[in-house]
Amino acid sequence: MMKSRWRAPTRLAVLTFAVALATDAALAQTSTIDEIAKYRAALQDGNPAELWEARGEGMWKQPSGPAKVSLEKCDLGLGPGVVKGAYTQLPRYFADADRVMDLETRLVWCRVKLQGMSEADAKKNPFGGPNNKADMEALVAYVTAESRGIKMNVSDAHPKEKEMYRLGEKMFYFRGGSHDFACSTCHGVDNQRIRLQDLPNLTTTSGAQKAYTTWPAYRVSQGELRSFQWRLNDCFRQQRFPELVFASDASIALTMFLAKNANGAAFDAPAIKR
Amino acid sequence: MNKAIIAWTTVVGAAAVLIGCATAPSDADVTAKATQMLKASFKAKGQAGLDRLDQDETQKLCSEYAGKVPPKDVVDRIEKANFASIKWPADGKLLGDWKNGEKIAQEGRGKQYSDDPKGPVGGNCYACHQLAPQEVSYGTIGPTLYQFGKLRGYTDETRKYAYGKVWNAEAYSACSTMPRFGHSQILSEAQVKDLVALLMDPNSPVNK
Repeated sequence: MMKSRWRAPTRLAVLTFAVALATDAALAQTSTIDEIAKYRAALQDGNPAELWEARGEGMWKQPSGPAKVSLEKCDLGLGPGVVKGAYTQLPRYFADADRVMDLETRLVWCRVKLQGMSEADAKKNPFGGPNNKADMEALVAYVTAESRGIKMNVSDAHPKEKEMYRLGEKMFYFRGGSHDFACSTCHGVDNQRIRLQDLPNLTTTSGAQKAYTTWPAYRVSQGELRSFQWRLNDCFRQQRFPELVFASDASIALTMFLAKNANGAAFDAPAIKR
Repeated sequence: MNKAIIAWTTVVGAAAVLIGCATAPSDADVTAKATQMLKASFKAKGQAGLDRLDQDETQKLCSEYAGKVPPKDVVDRIEKANFASIKWPADGKLLGDWKNGEKIAQEGRGKQYSDDPKGPVGGNCYACHQLAPQEVSYGTIGPTLYQFGKLRGYTDETRKYAYGKVWNAEAYSACSTMPRFGHSQILSEAQVKDLVALLMDPNSPVNK
């Protein structure tokens, strides 16, 4: 009978060893997560996004384009030239364009209508890279910074706003591509991680609020300020979809869905992320 | 007079239908428009063509139930069709090399338009699952697979389940978040076998 069982001290030793191993693994993970939290906290001290905000403000006020006028008469929804708080009510329906627009789409509109640029030129180079400063990201940084501390308040009173929201919701759950992924695959459940990266649940109010109010963000790993249009574009790349076109209808619909879900939370960007 | 009442009823009825349509398009209408809008909002890039937006029946049904488990008859339909399509290895061998399997589990590249179409292509298993305890950077979208074989027993049945699940997860759990690695030609048969070895070989670090 004793043959098939270990003597008590051996058993205890084996058990202790097994527990130690399991604890080591758990400790390693806990300390990794702690270190990442510390790193994120350290990042908050200074945010290079301010450089983009300043450049964007200069561009907003500088006469440019074929018409040689500034963007100071651009109507972001609260009247010509009103920037303060405008981002917290976007996307929204614009009667002059008879469509729902997000910030970037509206900036393109103003650059075309006020500054006389072609639509293609206004949409060119939306995302910066090494040795490539994107005007659009600077403008986005300036406008969004003017909404810091103001509560998100996206309306769906207009039927076209209501429709855009419903379309965005459908797209959020659209599964496709080689991997069957949808936005909801990674962003539909609380407290999940991809590798060590926390994933916000964008279907809940608190999850959408926390995520949406912290974009745009300066991405330390990329040395770039990234807009919400960029965020969507890069999510779809990882979703194994083709490329989301900048300022496309689908990008506006998804932004409408997520921005409205974030209503009630104070806007807190441009932020800084890993 | 009756005629006038009928005429008025018709006009009011038609108006009600029109208002109804204007205020609340049906769910099917919104789905159709969303799909159409998506297709018009993407452009082909690298290896990711616009055909990636053409949904098969499983993708279509799972999108419709918006992240929730569909009713039982739909679940049965999805699982049955996907199970029937599993291509089992011609040589009958289900286990490859767990060392290769570990590399495939770590590799995150593959099928993105930013990836080299010539490879490498991995399963990126650690993005969602815990496997070997040495790797602490694992995700939690899927369940832990640590000691997968040790806990379930090294049986033919479990080996077959592991192979089938990696090949086509929808065959076992309709609308699972897990990609259909074999079915959708993400991984080759040999790569799927290597992953089965990572899960089922008693010498694999997963089972230590």
